[in-house]
Amino acid sequence: MDFNWEAKRRRAAYLALADGTVFHGYGFGAANDAVGEAVFNTGMTGYQEIVTDPSYAGQFVTLTAPEIGNYGCSPEDMESRGVFLNALVVHELNPASNWRAREELADFLLRHGKPGIAGIDTRALTLHLREKGSQKAYLHVDGTVLDETEAAARAAAWEGLDGQDYASRVTTSEPYEWSREGKYHVVVYDFGVKYNILRCLAGHDMRVTVVPAKTPARDVLARRPDGVFLSNGPADPSAVGYAIENIRLLLGKVPLMGICLGHQLLGLACGAKCGRLKFGHHGCNHPVQDVRTGCVAISSQNHNFALADLPDCLELTHINLNDNTVEGIRHRKFPAFSVQYHPEAAPGPHDAQELFADFQQLMEHSGK
Amino acid sequence: MPKRTDIQKILLIGSGPIVIGQGCEFDYSGVQACKALKQDGFEIVLVNSNPATVMTDPELADRTYIEPLTCDILHEIIRRERPDAILPTLGGQTALNLAMELDEKGILKRYNLELIGASAEAIRRAENRQMFKETMQSIGLDLPRSGSAHSESEAQAIAKVIGSWPLIIRPGFTLGGTGGGIAHDPEEFSVIVRRGLEASLNHEVLIEESLLGWKEFEMEVMRDRKGGSVIVCSIENLDPMGVHTGDSITVAPIQTLSDREYQAMRDDSLKVLAAIGVETGGSNVQWAVEPSTGRRIIIEMNPRVSRSSALASKATGFPIAKIAAKLAVGYTLDELRNDITGSTPSCFEPALDYVVTKVPRFTFEKFPAADPTLGTQMKSVGEVMAIGRDFKQSLQKALRSLETGRAGFGADGHDAKFEESGDTDLEHALSVPTADRIFYVRAALKRGWEIDRIAELSGIDRYFLRHLAELASFETVIASCGSLDALARDPALFRQAKILGYSDRQIAFLLNTTEAEVARAEVDAGIMPVYGAVDTCAGEFEAVTPYYYSCYDDSGEPVRDHEGRKAIMVLGGGPNRIGQGIEFDYCCCHAAFALRKAGYEVVMVNSNPETVSTDYDTSDKLYFEPLTLEDIMHIYRREGCSGVIVQFGGQTPLNLAQSLQAAGAKVIGTSPDDIDLAEDRDYFKKLAEKIGIRQPKSGIAHTAAEALSVAHEIGYPVLVRPSFVLGGRGMVIVHQEKHLRKFAEEAARVAEGKPILIDRFLENAVELDVDCISDGETTVIGAILEHVEPAGCHSGDSASITPPVTLSAKIQDKIREYAHEFARALHVNGLMNIQLAVKDGEIYMIEVNPRASRTIPFVSKAIGVHLAGLAALCMTGSKLRDLGFTREVKLPYIAVKEAVFPFIKFPGVDIVLTPEMKSTGEVMCLDRDRGIAYLKSQIAAGSKLPKTGNVFLSVKDQDKPGIIELARELAGLGFTIYATLGTSTLLYDAGIRTRAVFRISRGRPNLLDLIRDGEVQWIINTTESGADAMLDEVKMRSRAVAAGIPITTTVEGAFAALEGVRDQLEFGRFEVCSLQEYHRHLR
Repeated sequence: MDFNWEAKRRRAAYLALADGTVFHGYGFGAANDAVGEAVFNTGMTGYQEIVTDPSYAGQFVTLTAPEIGNYGCSPEDMESRGVFLNALVVHELNPASNWRAREELADFLLRHGKPGIAGIDTRALTLHLREKGSQKAYLHVDGTVLDETEAAARAAAWEGLDGQDYASRVTTSEPYEWSREGKYHVVVYDFGVKYNILRCLAGHDMRVTVVPAKTPARDVLARRPDGVFLSNGPADPSAVGYAIENIRLLLGKVPLMGICLGHQLLGLACGAKCGRLKFGHHGCNHPVQDVRTGCVAISSQNHNFALADLPDCLELTHINLNDNTVEGIRHRKFPAFSVQYHPEAAPGPHDAQELFADFQQLMEHSGK
Repeated sequence: MPKRTDIQKILLIGSGPIVIGQGCEFDYSGVQACKALKQDGFEIVLVNSNPATVMTDPELADRTYIEPLTCDILHEIIRRERPDAILPTLGGQTALNLAMELDEKGILKRYNLELIGASAEAIRRAENRQMFKETMQSIGLDLPRSGSAHSESEAQAIAKVIGSWPLIIRPGFTLGGTGGGIAHDPEEFSVIVRRGLEASLNHEVLIEESLLGWKEFEMEVMRDRKGGSVIVCSIENLDPMGVHTGDSITVAPIQTLSDREYQAMRDDSLKVLAAIGVETGGSNVQWAVEPSTGRRIIIEMNPRVSRSSALASKATGFPIAKIAAKLAVGYTLDELRNDITGSTPSCFEPALDYVVTKVPRFTFEKFPAADPTLGTQMKSVGEVMAIGRDFKQSLQKALRSLETGRAGFGADGHDAKFEESGDTDLEHALSVPTADRIFYVRAALKRGWEIDRIAELSGIDRYFLRHLAELASFETVIASCGSLDALARDPALFRQAKILGYSDRQIAFLLNTTEAEVARAEVDAGIMPVYGAVDTCAGEFEAVTPYYYSCYDDSGEPVRDHEGRKAIMVLGGGPNRIGQGIEFDYCCCHAAFALRKAGYEVVMVNSNPETVSTDYDTSDKLYFEPLTLEDIMHIYRREGCSGVIVQFGGQTPLNLAQSLQAAGAKVIGTSPDDIDLAEDRDYFKKLAEKIGIRQPKSGIAHTAAEALSVAHEIGYPVLVRPSFVLGGRGMVIVHQEKHLRKFAEEAARVAEGKPILIDRFLENAVELDVDCISDGETTVIGAILEHVEPAGCHSGDSASITPPVTLSAKIQDKIREYAHEFARALHVNGLMNIQLAVKDGEIYMIEVNPRASRTIPFVSKAIGVHLAGLAALCMTGSKLRDLGFTREVKLPYIAVKEAVFPFIKFPGVDIVLTPEMKSTGEVMCLDRDRGIAYLKSQIAAGSKLPKTGNVFLSVKDQDKPGIIELARELAGLGFTIYATLGTSTLLYDAGIRTRAVFRISRGRPNLLDLIRDGEVQWIINTTESGADAMLDEVKMRSRAVAAGIPITTTVEGAFAALEGVRDQLEFGRFEVCSLQEYHRHLR
């Protein structure tokens, strides 16, 4: 990869937001234009985990950490089978320097057919998104001549993520076994599951089976699980009605745990409301408090939607101390709980990993 | 959990004088802690011997003890104040060591005192090498193979077991790695082990497997009493393991670790705090990582706020010391707000959308005999920090902030030394770390050496080297434009140069034009910096605290409204160095405090992360930027400042005064022309004649040859110095023509084209400092300070006493008259310092400096008046009459200032005081009795003057008559006197019994034997300084420093010390008294 000034100049590219704001930089990765929702993530490490997290499907992720690519990419840091975001937006792209690096980030994106843009004033873009909210955007990197207003118009014309069922686009096509050993059998609904959730479950003595997002509840129960896990995933929870239906059927029959989208779906299934946050929570430094103990964990977060107006059957267990939004719930009657944030981290701090042990306990007390 | 109500009165221990390894970062932490605890209604008792600190301002604590930091004195304070708790984690290693001593002597228990922040057990676990190792092993952490030894033979045995070279030796319980080192062979090993055992308070050294060349990282952790923990900042060192982290170039946040590695390090860092038992507060945890396998080893942890915490605070905006203080009294992280956002809690981990680079500042030029190789013992005296959007930008900014004459990463005309070195030398310079290694890296890149080869030699990570390579090659891109016009025709390229951090000076050099032309071209091309905010959250939330850095992005933070106030810019002092330190930061802070109170908006600019001035709540707007014309003027214009204060930040801003004025800034206070006038010899001669004050004969030279003829004319001895330098750089006293030849060349080099000043030197004169303040009409004397050491020793290195001791009232009145005359003649508006000498009842003028002096904080503390604050108000037009300060304060007590030196860090360097300043810090002591005040100052400065025992006397011929009296007094107090043959005979003839020893080169036993055998407790040794110093005497003094034996190098100093020893024997134990109580006697 060539990082000199002239080479960068030759790959001039830009990012146009639907409101007409344009940011100039240079392209890397795949040289194909893309459309997506521009969001930002303030995590200072973990770009490979982010680009392989299926929750980012449909999005352009802007990394606020200014220097990206420094430690390359490694097969061990995959969070799914591929790259799901639509584009990566960075300030400065560097070659790798780390003993674990097997591939340069630019080559990695190219291999997965995804474009990136570097040289962007990511701080300005972030402040813009903070003020205006997440924006539809068009990334022009293919080297052809394209008028900036035309690009912005293409961004505005895009259908966006609201009301879109992205879970069914990223889920596994067939059920598969992640791990064959463990005291408890857990079936994971894959709405866009991150591998580290599966690793954490398996690490807590669970035999893990992953099933497609649309798997009917009865098929899941037929597998005689000790618990069912509702995974994270992309986009709008209101667009995955089938999942909410299935959760209602499972509630009370088997212990449930949910993370992120899975948490929103559990809440919706129980009668909570779910709304869009102005610019979402995307970072690795959010304080989450367990309101029952007062303990605080620094958490990894990635969501645009949040639960609100909890019904009586749900207990509020966790809140985000930055904006007091709902971060965790527990069903008062049935063995079911969920959190909005990411205890599996990857990327981010490991402070909340005892939640997987809580799930283990829940299954233990519910019969086994 | 809310704050504790079972404690009311807290004793806070400061870190004492500035020394290498313990700089003004602990003033910053102390100030934050005082403010935080006072806000919560706690009663604060503060003890610190360093008067140059803001924390010792009487307003910050309820009781402020400016007393020596020793266990005995603390005991007296505890007995008097009966605090409920001691907070020892904010005063560096000094405070921690004192807390341990109080615990070990049973004083904590006797007075039922609780250590808050860290318990004695936790401190012991972190500091005791063996306990630390066991604790780390118990939580499964990897450690270097090592062992700890209490004797040389134990050390040898451990070396055999480890079985590989090199080996690292670290003494237990010391500051900044004093006495440690890297041994490459058995011979080096025994030397360093011996030194380490001597330096260690518990006579212990750790010997370990070398991790040389490994990557080094650090995490700053905060923990509350519920166990809530956050990583405030992560730091990666550019210099690999082997260079003390204080001497390394470092960046924040960590750049080359994947999330997997970073989070594992984070988990382990939190585990370390829990295992050590840090209940609350901030700690740093240091790690080494093997670059090719990722094997990670714990290096150490400090259960206290540290130098890196100050850096981490400034780098992230997270006020570590403030929060640590709050956590120590019971709060938890979730209960405390983040001051920067104003809306989110403190239990979060700052996210950075910029890169911070810290570069250490060295002063090897002051100690030519010192070994410039960097190792595990810290040698830097200060540091700069710069914030940029990426590493390249921040490194360039940091390098131009250093004030070593560099405008960035090379490309400024100062690269010849590096570029011209041969391949072998270059290889050596890359593999042996020194202060200039980064410039050798550039030279190697320019020579076309592969990054791999440089990485191999230096151990510097390729991440850094690639960035450096990009800079080195972009230089060529700029230069190849050929002219500024050509560059300006490619605005994208021009902008790219600024994005890469190139200063106008560098661009001017590359394109053979001037800085002003480049600045003009930028304006024409619309290339201006924008400002990013240090907001702790990478833009996720809006920040309320205006803390900024410049960059060349598309857009930045808007200028915040002044709300009708006039904006005044205060320029800080940049990196600490010898001659320019915390004293000037103190003045800048007071200017900010006073101006804010008076309704001005204060815009602070500084590049030193250790300071109080760069705390986000000292000023209204903080710009963490290099102190260069370019960077300052951008801020001045952006903020629409109505004036800039240059006289408080030391020489740094003063040197910029004329160019700032030329660029359109309004310098308030004494005008730059008048400041320059004070340096104008001819003008000055005339002025002195007009006023009727004598001056030593003097002359000016521009070359070495001219210097010789001037000296011949005015007669020897002469004092030679370059003009426009601070701290006596290049200044010497020369007695003979043959020596002048050499020194004049050195002086001409240091002066960089400015003239060399040559004065007739007044031998055995009493030197004085006079600090005064003027509003342009009224002038008031702050204090007249009399130096203990005679003329010829730099004023910053001399002990000073006020009120003066030997001066008659008539002479003092005459001095006051002169001061008024000078203030009037130079149109002084602000502060002025005058240096005078008195010889045979005649007053001589030495120099006048219309600016803040190093002694302003000391004088302000002594007289209970904030001179710097008043001066700032004068500069904005207030009159002293209206401010209520029109009369000199008469002191009913004695205040003594003593200097503190870094000699223990530079083995082999001569300790004799000369006109070139060498001290890093100072202490102050107050007492009603002059002898006691002086003795206390000696103790505070670390000199363990004995009450009984053996004294060695050896003086130069001129001093011989004076020592008979001295020896008689010593003998009278029961001291046994040792002397060399000549002195011994002289004393014998005067009827004083002594024990004679040989001169070092003549035979044995000699003084070296006495030192080795612990036979001598005090050495009084005066000598010709500089080139005349005998090699064996230098060796002797160096040995004595290493052995911790007090050495007095002037007869005057010996008399003062003796007076103290006598008075102490008479009075018994020391009495302690707070500054607030002293000040009550002033009116």
